[in-house]
Amino acid sequence: MNIAAEVTSAQAEARAHWQAVAQAEVAPFARQIDREAAVPEAVMAALREAGAFASGFPEAFGGPAGAQGDPVGAALAHGALHEALGRASASVQGVLNVHHMGGSALARWGSAAQKAHWGPLLTSGATRCAIAITEPEVGSDATAVRTRAEVDGDGWVVSGEKAWITCGASADLFVLIAASAAGPVALLLPREAPGLSIAPIPDMLGCRGYAMARLILEDVRLPGEALLGKPGFGVSHVAATGLESGRHNLAWGCVGLAEACRQAALSHVQRRAQFGEKIAEFQLVQQLIARMSTEIHAARLMCRSAAVARGQRAMTAAKEATMAKYFASTMVGRVAKDAQQLHGAAGIGPKTPLEMYFRDARIMEVIEGTTQILEVMIARFSYQEGPA
Amino acid sequence: MQDKAIKDQISEFMAQAFSGAVIAHDQDIFEAGFGNSMFAMQLVNFVEVTFGIEVDSDDLDIDNFRSIDRVAALVQRKRAVAAA
Ligand SMILES: Cc1cc2nc3c(=O)[nH]c(=O)nc-3n(C[C@H](O)[C@H](O)[C@H](O)COP(=O)(O)OP(=O)(O)OC[C@H]3O[C@@H](n4cnc5c(N)ncnc54)[C@H](O)[C@@H]3O)c2cc1C
Repeated sequence: MNIAAEVTSAQAEARAHWQAVAQAEVAPFARQIDREAAVPEAVMAALREAGAFASGFPEAFGGPAGAQGDPVGAALAHGALHEALGRASASVQGVLNVHHMGGSALARWGSAAQKAHWGPLLTSGATRCAIAITEPEVGSDATAVRTRAEVDGDGWVVSGEKAWITCGASADLFVLIAASAAGPVALLLPREAPGLSIAPIPDMLGCRGYAMARLILEDVRLPGEALLGKPGFGVSHVAATGLESGRHNLAWGCVGLAEACRQAALSHVQRRAQFGEKIAEFQLVQQLIARMSTEIHAARLMCRSAAVARGQRAMTAAKEATMAKYFASTMVGRVAKDAQQLHGAAGIGPKTPLEMYFRDARIMEVIEGTTQILEVMIARFSYQEGPA
Repeated sequence: MQDKAIKDQISEFMAQAFSGAVIAHDQDIFEAGFGNSMFAMQLVNFVEVTFGIEVDSDDLDIDNFRSIDRVAALVQRKRAVAAA
């Protein structure tokens, strides 16, 4: 595949569109979001207006017009949205990411009635979605969840606790993963369900606009229609669909965040002078700039390749999303640190966004599969391939 | 498409997914310990893309995915419904 050949005018237009929306409607609020640990409603409204909540969904579910005829273009445009958001505010990128993670699991495994009901609500952004897998005692080993879902007449009764849930404090609908007699099960849990209490988690290191919360479920009764997929398939199929979307989205988001760091570094080194010269002229500074520019370019190419594979439904799509997320999330850690270093004290203090970028970048290696879990997966993908 | 052709393609896919393991058409892959978390969605994507069918939530029954024979039967059933 020639990645450069994929650049059509429609794709370039989508990139320019999301870049303009993110810079105008999101970037000006990034520091406020970090300080107040909340995304202002005006930012969400602007993203709804721009169609961001529909991005990445199938056309029949309410996704962007033309997505069915040009799935590769739609996947690249969706990536462009997440790159633009990541550059403007990693917090906002994460909010749209979990919406798409939960939503794409629903779009993929929902019944016709579930898709007809939730599609318009999710793609318009009227309902905000999130995904709740992790628990206080269960993280990487998602199949071991302890939250219990028991069959109760036609419906379910669910009890347990979910931890570290992005948008736990703000989403309207959760794709909840629980244990049942028949194995892991996915259930649609509305925020207003009686018996659900939500405990916000303050003082996170980074991505403070994620609205993190714990979900405590005490005998929450859900109707039979809440079941997403079938019992036994909640992790292997439903959560896996959401996580693959999340890896894809987050890889692009990391490229965006790294680009924000690079832009700040470029402008600082060409302005700041020491020893009678712009620091940009020092070769050790040039090394850091060269490294970050090259690594961001490499990550972006991996993301583009992953998006093309996703659009084409290539058998390599899951592997490519995993590799792109693995590389981009470790890359953004290095870039954020180097960009901060190039700013000297200014990168540590409150007047530049570098300290926020640094904290936000730290999150990326933990979510949507830790770096170690992704390494395990990539090794397994590699074993499937060879030796040829 | 002939049943044999379908089974051959599934067989080839599984051999690759399980690092060259030889799997009998009626062998229970889960009992034999082959299935893993990555494989589940790989198999769904493979049958959808290769045979032009859509696996939906009604098809999520472990018996549909247990062996090469069972996956082939699912494919034939879905194709028959789509053609009707
Ligand atoms: C900001 C943020 C947002 C999040 N949002 C969500 C959300 O929206 N929904 C949700 O469900 N969860 C969410 N999480 C939780 C996240 O998915 C988990 O933190 C992650 O899966 C890791 O689980 P854990 O924290 O329990 O770590 P553990 O699984 O306990 O891992 C601890 C350490 O052990 C390593 N480790 C574990 N198993 C292996 C292995 N087999 N081989 C090698 N190393 C291993 C890990 O890599 C890690 O370094 C979020 C977390 C954060 C920090």
